[in-house]
Amino acid sequence: MDASVEAAVADAHRREWAFVLAATVRVTGDIDLAEECVQDAYARALSTWPTQGIPDRPAAWLTTVARRRGIDVLRRRTTHDRYLPQLAEPASGSDDDGDDGLPEIADDRLRLIFTCCHPALSPEAQVALTLRLICGLTTGEVARLFLVQESTMAARLTRAKKKIAAAHIPYRVPALAELPERIGAVLDVVHLVFTTGHTAPGGSDLVRTDLVTQAVYLARMLRTLLPDDADVAGLLGLIVLTHARQTTRLAADGSLSLLSEQDRSRWDAAEIAEGLALVREALQRRPPGRFALMAAIAAVHAEAPTWSATDWSELVGLYDLLVVIWPSPVVALNRAVAVGFAEGPEAGLKVLDGLSDEPQLASYAYLPSARADLLRRLGRTDEARAAYREALALTDNAVERGFLQDRLVELDGP
Amino acid sequence: MAEYLVLIYQDESANTDPAVQEQTMAGHIRFGEQNGAALRGGNALQPSGTATSIRSDGSGGFTITDGAFAETKEALGGYYVVEAADLDEAIAVAKEIPAPVGGVEVRPIRPM
Repeated sequence: MDASVEAAVADAHRREWAFVLAATVRVTGDIDLAEECVQDAYARALSTWPTQGIPDRPAAWLTTVARRRGIDVLRRRTTHDRYLPQLAEPASGSDDDGDDGLPEIADDRLRLIFTCCHPALSPEAQVALTLRLICGLTTGEVARLFLVQESTMAARLTRAKKKIAAAHIPYRVPALAELPERIGAVLDVVHLVFTTGHTAPGGSDLVRTDLVTQAVYLARMLRTLLPDDADVAGLLGLIVLTHARQTTRLAADGSLSLLSEQDRSRWDAAEIAEGLALVREALQRRPPGRFALMAAIAAVHAEAPTWSATDWSELVGLYDLLVVIWPSPVVALNRAVAVGFAEGPEAGLKVLDGLSDEPQLASYAYLPSARADLLRRLGRTDEARAAYREALALTDNAVERGFLQDRLVELDGP
Repeated sequence: MAEYLVLIYQDESANTDPAVQEQTMAGHIRFGEQNGAALRGGNALQPSGTATSIRSDGSGGFTITDGAFAETKEALGGYYVVEAADLDEAIAVAKEIPAPVGGVEVRPIRPM
């Protein structure tokens, strides 16, 4: 096999999968059939490109092949009309040769994202469908990302696709009036993929690079498809500003390096510049949305030349706004940490203790670890030690466990 | 077009104030007028205490019991059959159904 062909097919898979699949669903109307046809088209590319050469526009070639195959299958289905799918648009040139203008296909991709993230599907199904259909991951890959058996993930995907077909979940971009509500679900999915990758809930690695890469890809795609949406700008801003610090989150020995200890000269300057511009844009909409505020918080850290120069009162102000539009105990916890730096550990602890009865935080390791840090700074060593132990009992990630254990050793130190 | 059964669930114990009942009834009449083109049927049901459940006993016989099939806080109180192009359209119609002490469930009807 010609290595350049293999590379070209792999590249087309990475970049164009969603594009080709979305354009094919429009013709087949049936997601399962479209998936089959697109897989087939990639296989055909591997077998024909070595002799016929790599086409100038691989996505158009793949789309043409997949769509033709889809039409063939539909024609051969004797019960075709019974299943004539609501997803397909019967009129308007479904036979054309993938020679479409780009905007139309871009729209198809957006349609597919809204189908995958429809609120009538469970959140787990939304994430799984997005990774499978938009990112082009195999069922096995999606299963590994969520640490479940492949058969479990296959069943989850099948069930979701059955519901899309049976309940007639539409393949379309929601009307303008519904868009704010519906885009929220899409952004939640992308954000969940990112946070799950950024600090893996379990396992030996702090970061799951594969998930982070997919989240960045999805956020960039949304930005291309909805360039005027302030929430999309906010989410992409949040992701790139957080991603800019990725390489400094681990010390040379593989242990956790806190924001206060990171070498800021190694933060990705290009990503920070891009993120800051996105934050400015996102904040222009009044009132600012959830992701715009979270991105603004990340921007305050990104702009601080040193840890001690961090503008903590600005951060408390941003958390005050955020907690109003997103009254989550996790946001309140982060606000308490900011208060602890803006007004001192005593004040932070007071706010934090007001959260100790939150059921949602009952098994949330960052609550005792934030408490431990405030107690440590107040010199209340015994209580700090107990809180670190509590946090340790709730933490599965090996790198984070290492950090907590080191802190315990420090407290016992000289 | 597809058909959906929209099931109206409500807390039966909460629904005793005659003023609320009257208001809900007026809401249904308004809903029917505004969505007549999409409605294929619909009815209010007698309270779940009037229900009788019939289960096959697996050997050709039946067990008959007093009460609804599933005992839940919110009981099935009525239904509409709605025709819609897709789920979004069905949800938009369902949102207009008055259900002050409960909610509605939208179920696609399997085509015969």
